[in-house]
Amino acid sequence: MLDLNQDAKTSLGGAAKAMRDVFINGLCERMKKNKRIFFLSADFGSPALDRLREEYADRFINVGIAEQNMINISAGLALEGFDVYAYAITPFITMRDYEQVRLHLAISSQIRPVNVNLIGVGAGLSYDVAGPTHHGLEDLAIMRLLPNMAVFSPSDWRLVEKFIDFSIENKSPKYLRFDSKPLPEIYENPDEVDLKKGFHELIKGEKIALVSTGYMTQTALAAAKAEGDVGLIDVFMLKPLDEDALSETLKKYDCLITIEEGFIGNGGLDGLILNVLADRGHCAKVKRMGFKDKYVFDLGGRKYLHRLNGLDEEGIIKEISLWKQ
Amino acid sequence: MENSKSLKEKSLEIRKATLNLYRASAGFRLASSLSVVEILVALYYGDILKFNPKDPRDENRDRFIISKGHGSISFYPILADLGFFDKAELDRMSQPGSFLADIPDTRIPGYETINGALGHGLGVACGVAIALKRKESDAKVFVLISDGELYEGAVWEAIMFAGHHKLGNLNLIVDNNKRAMMGDCKEILDLEPVEEKFKVFNWRVKRVDGHDVEAVKIALEEFKKEDQKPKVLIADTIKGKGVPQLELDPMSHIKNLKEEEVLSALQNLC
Repeated sequence: MLDLNQDAKTSLGGAAKAMRDVFINGLCERMKKNKRIFFLSADFGSPALDRLREEYADRFINVGIAEQNMINISAGLALEGFDVYAYAITPFITMRDYEQVRLHLAISSQIRPVNVNLIGVGAGLSYDVAGPTHHGLEDLAIMRLLPNMAVFSPSDWRLVEKFIDFSIENKSPKYLRFDSKPLPEIYENPDEVDLKKGFHELIKGEKIALVSTGYMTQTALAAAKAEGDVGLIDVFMLKPLDEDALSETLKKYDCLITIEEGFIGNGGLDGLILNVLADRGHCAKVKRMGFKDKYVFDLGGRKYLHRLNGLDEEGIIKEISLWKQ
Repeated sequence: MENSKSLKEKSLEIRKATLNLYRASAGFRLASSLSVVEILVALYYGDILKFNPKDPRDENRDRFIISKGHGSISFYPILADLGFFDKAELDRMSQPGSFLADIPDTRIPGYETINGALGHGLGVACGVAIALKRKESDAKVFVLISDGELYEGAVWEAIMFAGHHKLGNLNLIVDNNKRAMMGDCKEILDLEPVEEKFKVFNWRVKRVDGHDVEAVKIALEEFKKEDQKPKVLIADTIKGKGVPQLELDPMSHIKNLKEEEVLSALQNLC
């Protein structure tokens, strides 16, 4: 548990790193000893990937701009016992190959182990000025929909670092939703975090709690710090997670504000929280923050776009104020 | 392989068994299950595939991936005949508690991959082929697709990939029955010249009469010697082979037969 002063220090002063680079660098280290790791890319690169390509050329495959084939090949490798990482940007790795993911990862893994890890870079509006084709606002909901699929939506690179060994050891398909931009650390001591629990109460509050995932936990942290008495629950694993433990944490609060960089009302984080509450008969008031049922064509940078959609720090504080009234 | 029976006799037996299965569990895609009989018999009774019914996941086995899952129900009597599962399972196909559905899945001993949605098997097979190379295994990968599957773009992603990566341990068989669900491929989207298309993607190509089981066997034997290119056997077949009502109907894929039509076909098969 972090105290408020520590939050301020880490959220504003912690080292900023790109999730993708942290993950791939860490994976490179594991690939030295673990000869069963393959890394596939649908012609997407990164500086960290340059190292992997050079050091492990025999286990790196650029399949070309062909996400469907990438998933099929990944599944074939995984069925033979390899641990596979498939990399593309968020909207393409979750939608272009959705049927391949459904058949060979979600359905197949119910019968045989299939350790394929989809690395989607570009969560939410990471690729802000690229426009709606490159935004990732549907992925949380559609990946959560698939049985047997884990959905990892980290808020900082510390969690990403911790997830590397988890992804190798747990032989099930997973979706890793990474931000494209370097983000500051939130978790100074990730050893305290239980990945299988799926969430962490970063700040204990009184009556109101923010429940956020991914990048929005960064913004929510600043808002909670500004308000002082508001709780903050970071849901970094939307599936699977310990719903009973989450329920126990949620029921301490009268009012909840879910915050996600995705479409709301369609099965993302908000759907998860509402289900957990409904299944256990809890009656907290819930405000859902995210993108409404429209694509984002506006330009001007991520922070600006968040402000337009009420998802900036001020927007969150405004919602907190409304609950307080 | 039962040496006492020729491959031709075995093909007849499997075709009859498939029709009898249809009598017990009508609803599966009979016409496309009949076009692949000789291909399956050549693979499993012609000493082409290495397999182990007692250990279907034997590491040394050749991997046989059926991509046209809906059109492979004639594989069920073969697997039962070879001892992958009890023959009694055939009698309760599609019934509660059975693992034999109209579209097969990997619960069935002998099936390697999930299928049912077309156009996936070759790509998965590419992954398996790379994995076997990495393991320095001598095992080969065989894949069965339909010609209609060649309409799926992901198949061409895999064709391009296999040619580029010289996956010499990969063998594709196209059940070229020339019909999709709604009619003749020539009318829907002409796939010919299919051999040339594979050749320009750096595949080795052979074409045979897919109902000449000895010819299929010989072609596949030759494939096993070559290891520098992926190989494709275009097996020219007839959809609904052995059942006149199916052979003659452009819509045979979704045609349901009456009991007397099945019985008549069984009597006339030779």
